[in-house]
Amino acid sequence: MLHQVLFFFFAAVCVAGALNLLFQRHPINSALSLIVVMGSLAVLYLLLGAEFVAAIQVIVYAGAIMVLFIFVIMLLNAGEEEHAGGSRVAAVLGYPAVALLVGLAAWSVVRSSGSAGLKLGGFVGSTEGIGYLLFRGFLLPFEVTSVLILIAIMGAVVLARKED
Amino acid sequence: MVPLSYYLVLSAILFGLGVTGFLVKRNIITLFMSIELMLNAVNLSFVAFAAHWGALSGHVYVFFVMVVAAAEAAVGLAIIIAVFRTRQTLNVDRVNLLKL
Repeated sequence: MLHQVLFFFFAAVCVAGALNLLFQRHPINSALSLIVVMGSLAVLYLLLGAEFVAAIQVIVYAGAIMVLFIFVIMLLNAGEEEHAGGSRVAAVLGYPAVALLVGLAAWSVVRSSGSAGLKLGGFVGSTEGIGYLLFRGFLLPFEVTSVLILIAIMGAVVLARKED
Repeated sequence: MVPLSYYLVLSAILFGLGVTGFLVKRNIITLFMSIELMLNAVNLSFVAFAAHWGALSGHVYVFFVMVVAAAEAAVGLAIIIAVFRTRQTLNVDRVNLLKL
């Protein structure tokens, strides 16, 4: 019961934040509603027993990555989005196409997974277990991600450098 | 007890909203945020499946997705700054040098 109440509340907050991201015209408002989405997703991760993932969701995603976004929005002094005259074909065909895509995915998921339930606290992923997996089975991918991050840092420095 | 499918349907809805945002919005920074929304939706289904099967490797995959998202955000925002410096705009409709 508690699980259901928490799930529906934070799922509603999640969807409302995502809708607000679409409806806001100013990018800073979109960024703040994306932080709301990420925060409520962190609570959903906790409900699913993913403590480590919930923690890095708040620290890395809602903390570091969104600060980077807001920093760039303020650096470039991004104003309100200009209203583009969207074509009628896009409005008539595009939105139903997205709704059809989501409906199809939801229908196939509900049909194939049946009523298998997830209990609150039924599965708790410990940070220790993730550490064992990360440094044994996934050691090579883990090392590759460190190289990826290094390349991303160098790319960001080169791209954002002032031309002289 | 919440069925697994509820989490997956929520993930599908968030992914659909991310796709819609990517196609509808014109500000290049908001497009990037829509991509982050899609990545988050996929992460939710990874964690839901991990809880369903009792397998920790789903959490490790979420970790990798977050690393890639961080790298993508760093490089992408640097590209946005470079584009703004040369074109003085963030509207993707005005960045049309390669368009016929």
